[in-house]
Amino acid sequence: MKAKFYSGNIACAEGALRAGCRFFAGYPITPSTEIAEHMALKLPKVGGIFIQMEDEIASIAAVLGASWGGLKAMTATSGPGFSLMQENIGLAAITETPCVIVDVQRAGPSTGMPTLVGQGDVMQARWGSHGDYEVVALSPSTPEECFYMTIKAFNLSEEYRCPVILLMDESVGHTSEKIIIDDEKIEIFERRKPTDKPYFPFDENAPMACCGGGYRVHVTGLTHDRKGYPMATSPEVQEWLVRKICDKIRNNEARIRSIEEFLMDDAKLALVSFGGPARSCKSAVKKARNEGYKVGLIRLKTIWPFPEEYFEKMKDMDFLVVEVNYGQIKLEVERCVRKKVHLLPKMGGEIHKPDEIYEKIKEVYND
Amino acid sequence: MIEIKEHPLDKYLRADRIPHIWCPGCGLGSILNCFLHALKECKIDLDNLAIVSGIGCTGRVAGYLNVDSYHTTHGRAIPFATGLKLANPKIKVVVFSGDGDLFAIGGNHFIHAARRNVDITVICVNNYNYGMTGGQLGPTTPIGAKTTTTPYGNFEHPFNLCKVAAASGAVYVARWTALHVRRLKESMKEALMKKGFSFVEVIASCPTTYGRYNKMPTGLDTMKYYKENSIIMHSIDPNKTDIDDRIIVGKFVDIEKPTFDEMLKKVGK
Repeated sequence: MKAKFYSGNIACAEGALRAGCRFFAGYPITPSTEIAEHMALKLPKVGGIFIQMEDEIASIAAVLGASWGGLKAMTATSGPGFSLMQENIGLAAITETPCVIVDVQRAGPSTGMPTLVGQGDVMQARWGSHGDYEVVALSPSTPEECFYMTIKAFNLSEEYRCPVILLMDESVGHTSEKIIIDDEKIEIFERRKPTDKPYFPFDENAPMACCGGGYRVHVTGLTHDRKGYPMATSPEVQEWLVRKICDKIRNNEARIRSIEEFLMDDAKLALVSFGGPARSCKSAVKKARNEGYKVGLIRLKTIWPFPEEYFEKMKDMDFLVVEVNYGQIKLEVERCVRKKVHLLPKMGGEIHKPDEIYEKIKEVYND
Repeated sequence: MIEIKEHPLDKYLRADRIPHIWCPGCGLGSILNCFLHALKECKIDLDNLAIVSGIGCTGRVAGYLNVDSYHTTHGRAIPFATGLKLANPKIKVVVFSGDGDLFAIGGNHFIHAARRNVDITVICVNNYNYGMTGGQLGPTTPIGAKTTTTPYGNFEHPFNLCKVAAASGAVYVARWTALHVRRLKESMKEALMKKGFSFVEVIASCPTTYGRYNKMPTGLDTMKYYKENSIIMHSIDPNKTDIDDRIIVGKFVDIEKPTFDEMLKKVGK
């Protein structure tokens, strides 16, 4: 066990190294750049490769190539870069290529507020690319979580052969504080490799034959069968393929799910939050509790797949969603509990102050 | 009863994927044939070869070769190949794609991979147009040529791909047409064995979408055109190889320069 003083971004890079990431391709963009810089410093020392590509599209394409080349691979970016990466995130989904994409969110749309916080990429992380697919998105609230969640992102990515998005935000990426690295809390999932022939690289739950393994795999973004061969005019194969890539995530939501409940046992009003602002929520909840309000906090550590079943069971609860956007997670909570939920949005630039959350709790509670 | 015998090049192909989708008269058949012979003569271990392609007619090459093959997104074959090669340096990585894929949407990646001297071979099949989407203007369409998006004739200055490759830092640059099969095969062999970013441009017929609008409606018309208008000029300055009334072919660049990997090891530690 050791203590370190890291920012969220550095903790994320350190987590990636610990997870076994040996390839990083990226393009500088605020507020994610420290991740690339730290990987440039550290990767050569562990026999890994760092490359600064010509843009974000090239970065994610190189990450996919490196993943098929046999390495655990990652890129880090922010909103505008994340948008550019979407087409290849779709390629990762359909070709079942493990990779980790870190999005340190800033306020948007467009160039928005490069140095300030936002959480407006929630829906983009879900369906930023075209077509039907599923991803996993995790959202850390502290630098320590950035470390552990990056490891988890790699583990899930390798286990489910899917792109995993680490949905950070500037307020977490740039917060520096003490973190405890406890080796006993770390588990690493290693990529499953095929051992038998015949081998079908795109069977359900198939291990992954990387380049040079002698399996001579064809990998295509076209609709393909279990062999990987294009079947771009077959509705049956498309049906099978889309179900496969979606259901492997949907059916495992309960396993992937990670939620922190804070003072929820007797709560009548639940705050729902994630990332940096969830910390403000915690202190607002404490203050409200001292004033006698039965309020708790549900902190989403897994954003996608969304914990539908979890929320469906709480139909009697009132909800207040606190997020640094104009109501993206709120839509999901509403969808699951099938009633109107309250929203305390911030359009970006700063996270909520505990007092303004406390005021909103009072307003909602007494309504 | 027809007795089906094995073709000597069958082991290089995914025989269960044949027939291919290319049109009659398309240059891709003979170009792929040259490539297979090049692989055979270089004795390349097929388990350690990867083909990466983007989108389009040429992009389909990856699907027919019996090797690890990657059919990626439009224009992004080169960065994908870059990641693949750096992750697994023992693999010989070849990008096989078209002029639209590599030089329009993917132009930026091409110049930067050449600049870095990533150790990959890029084979560009240039048919002067976008074949798969039905014959639109491409970055190499000659001035005056008719395409479905230049119905009054092309008025954009085209790229000279070999000039772009040489200027960007490629260590091997050659151009042939689909007619020059033996020389093309030799050039592909040289490119495959070359350390660093090697580039082979192959001018190819596209009777179905380009030829039809430009008075060369069959593959044979184009072959005759190549025969009458190609001039072999090895080692000529790439700046002087613009395609106009004649097509200058040959090997233009063959130089030595440390690769990305070598630079990384030399300077990076």
